[in-house]
Amino acid sequence: MEDALIIDRLQFAFTIMFHYLFPQLTMGLSLIIVVLKIIALKTGNDLYNQSARFWAKIFAVNFAMGVVTGIPMEFQFGTNWAKFSVFAGGVIGQTLAMEGLFAFFLESSFLGLFLFGEKRLGQIGHLISAILVFTGSWLSGFFIIVTNAWMQHPVGFTTDASGVVQLASFWELLTNPWAGWQYAHNMLGSVVTASFVVSAVGAFYLLSKKGEDYGRIFLKVGVMVGLVASILVAFPTGDKQGQNVAKYQPVTLAAMEGLFETKDGAELVLIGQPDMAKLKIDNPIHIPHLLSFLTYYRWKAEVKGLDAFPREDWPDNIPLLYYSYHIMVGLGTIFIAIMAVAVFLLWRKQLFSANWLLWIIMLSFPFPYLANTTGWMTAELGRQPWLVYGLLRTADGISPTVSAGNALFTLLGFMGMYTLLGLLFLFLVFREINHGPSRTVST
Amino acid sequence: METFWFIALTFMLIMYVVLDGFDLGAGIIHLIAAKSDEDRRTILKSIGPVWDGNEVWLIAAGGLLYFAFPKLYASSFSGFYLPLIMVLWLLMLRGIGIELRGHIDNKMWKSFWDVVFSGASILLAIFLGAALGNVVRGVPLNAEGYFFEPLWTTFTVVPQSGILDWFTVLMGLVALFTLTVHGANYVALKTENKVQEKAQTISKNAAWLVILTSVLALIATNLVRPQIWVNYSSNPLGFLFIFVALSGAVGIIYFRVKVNDLLAFLSSAAFIAAMGAATAFALYPIVLPASTDPNFSLTIYNTAAGEYGLKIGLVWWTIGITLAIGYFSFLFYFFRGKVNLKTEEY
Repeated sequence: MEDALIIDRLQFAFTIMFHYLFPQLTMGLSLIIVVLKIIALKTGNDLYNQSARFWAKIFAVNFAMGVVTGIPMEFQFGTNWAKFSVFAGGVIGQTLAMEGLFAFFLESSFLGLFLFGEKRLGQIGHLISAILVFTGSWLSGFFIIVTNAWMQHPVGFTTDASGVVQLASFWELLTNPWAGWQYAHNMLGSVVTASFVVSAVGAFYLLSKKGEDYGRIFLKVGVMVGLVASILVAFPTGDKQGQNVAKYQPVTLAAMEGLFETKDGAELVLIGQPDMAKLKIDNPIHIPHLLSFLTYYRWKAEVKGLDAFPREDWPDNIPLLYYSYHIMVGLGTIFIAIMAVAVFLLWRKQLFSANWLLWIIMLSFPFPYLANTTGWMTAELGRQPWLVYGLLRTADGISPTVSAGNALFTLLGFMGMYTLLGLLFLFLVFREINHGPSRTVST
Repeated sequence: METFWFIALTFMLIMYVVLDGFDLGAGIIHLIAAKSDEDRRTILKSIGPVWDGNEVWLIAAGGLLYFAFPKLYASSFSGFYLPLIMVLWLLMLRGIGIELRGHIDNKMWKSFWDVVFSGASILLAIFLGAALGNVVRGVPLNAEGYFFEPLWTTFTVVPQSGILDWFTVLMGLVALFTLTVHGANYVALKTENKVQEKAQTISKNAAWLVILTSVLALIATNLVRPQIWVNYSSNPLGFLFIFVALSGAVGIIYFRVKVNDLLAFLSSAAFIAAMGAATAFALYPIVLPASTDPNFSLTIYNTAAGEYGLKIGLVWWTIGITLAIGYFSFLFYFFRGKVNLKTEEY
């Protein structure tokens, strides 16, 4: 049984991390496509329309990948986590069913119209379908965040006679205090990814001296959207989400910050390696009192360390949780710096000739993917050892009849399948980018 | 309340099979109905704007199953573990086959994805039929309501049978031929000239196989699960479904001979829908019969979610399904008429 648990967890972790590489781009990119379409409509500049068509093509490939890798996520709740589904289905069945009904139908119907119907729809109709695709993908994100927020901080439920939870208040479920900031934080994270990708392709076109008209448009739109999103993803949304963790999951906060001992005026660890044998941070570089201030806005406030909690409630992989969180925060800070410099140079009309910065922008696009992934790792590892926080332990959620051998078979299958998908995806997207927007046929 | 959600779930599953059924069917006949690149592009284009949305009905039906009957969702998904995950892999391969084929203008690239697309479609049709076969035949549920089926054991219908035995394979063939006809009718409706003629011929020939395998399946079902007639004797309303199914079967042949592609397509759609409804009617209120002890069977009552949640769902489901039907009507209206390769390529 122990083996099956580890394989079930690995399979979910692997498939969800791979899956989320695609929606994080499409959710942000759908916003940028809407922005491009609006500018095109207002200025009558067809280069913006052509840019929107180009990004719609990239969007379509990502969307298809997101759909095919997304279906296994819903299925796995039943296939590998049957006991969890029985336990929590009465509550999160609501949001998952609503996602299918309200988000996916909207998104897939209007994506078909957006991709295949520009001429027949006319420009206004085309913009409307772009807006509806954007709405669908952001609704989808909302329902998933509400589901996850309920697992992080269960609200609006009662436990029935058979010991499973049932919905008691639909309103409380949707207005979970955890969900609002998490949603804003997550969606801004996806806009950061999309804006870095758009900017990086723009920088590539300028540096390689082809399609420079488009390169300038991509950079201009990319870095402006990117700066706004990079700032908002840290303040206020990231900051507020951190305070939610401090309030509802104090043991998680201690683990991700690497705070082993409870103290007044706790320091903020910037770099250092958690030593789980001696329960301390090796080689720490830290700022005194800053953690207390960031959490409670008081320099001397007491922050509970891991020692304040029973060991069986500690997250089960503290070093990985600690690193995930620190990588996310570190990268987020660098994103603000890159985008701030880029916008400053754009304002001084020097960005398009600042080759050193264009190189940095071009090469930086993988890092938002890493930051989004480590952000989710922080949320999910931080929730451990609970599947539903305080109610159901992860070990009690797996399917009782699926053996470790069968689970390993499918995990290996997914690894093979996703390697193939990943290679094909990279090949096609790089090919598309290399061809450039001017070759995109007008529809 | 549970009965309402049983009907809603049946409705969404039928919508899925009717809608995704025709693009699966287009995949089944893809290699034989179209030989040239142009003809194959025509077939792909006929399903291009809609196949993705059609598949959403499966996801939405899965979501509804999770919401209304969480216990059934958990038990069936973990019990059918291997075939379900394989269905996922097939859906993936099929999806990327459709999406990627057109990206590179190379003969080898295209014929590779043609085979992937068609092969995955054929296997998916068989799996869908076999899945239905399993639900009709029953599965080895234990007292806690869980089970696990291997892919096959002895291919005979025994309490400890696998997913595939002679009965479920027969049901798989029924599904394969039915979707072949359905898909061929759709392709005939949406295309012209050579592809259209070829699809009409396929539809005509496969229609007889549908009739033959359906009759065999009916006899087999009678042997495997004689209880299916209980609901019909207590409530004759069920014969309406059987009447519609029979009319659909007649229509498939009649309108094919009359060369009326639209009515032939509607006949195959009615046939599929009525067969689905007739099966659901026969099972009700059981949703997963136990082959071990009838008392272990999962019903809509012992698997349903709490009363309050189901009531709330009534509100948003009614709104959501109305919107979804609206989008689909618009989508199909917008892309009506024959496919023309020269326009609207993206």
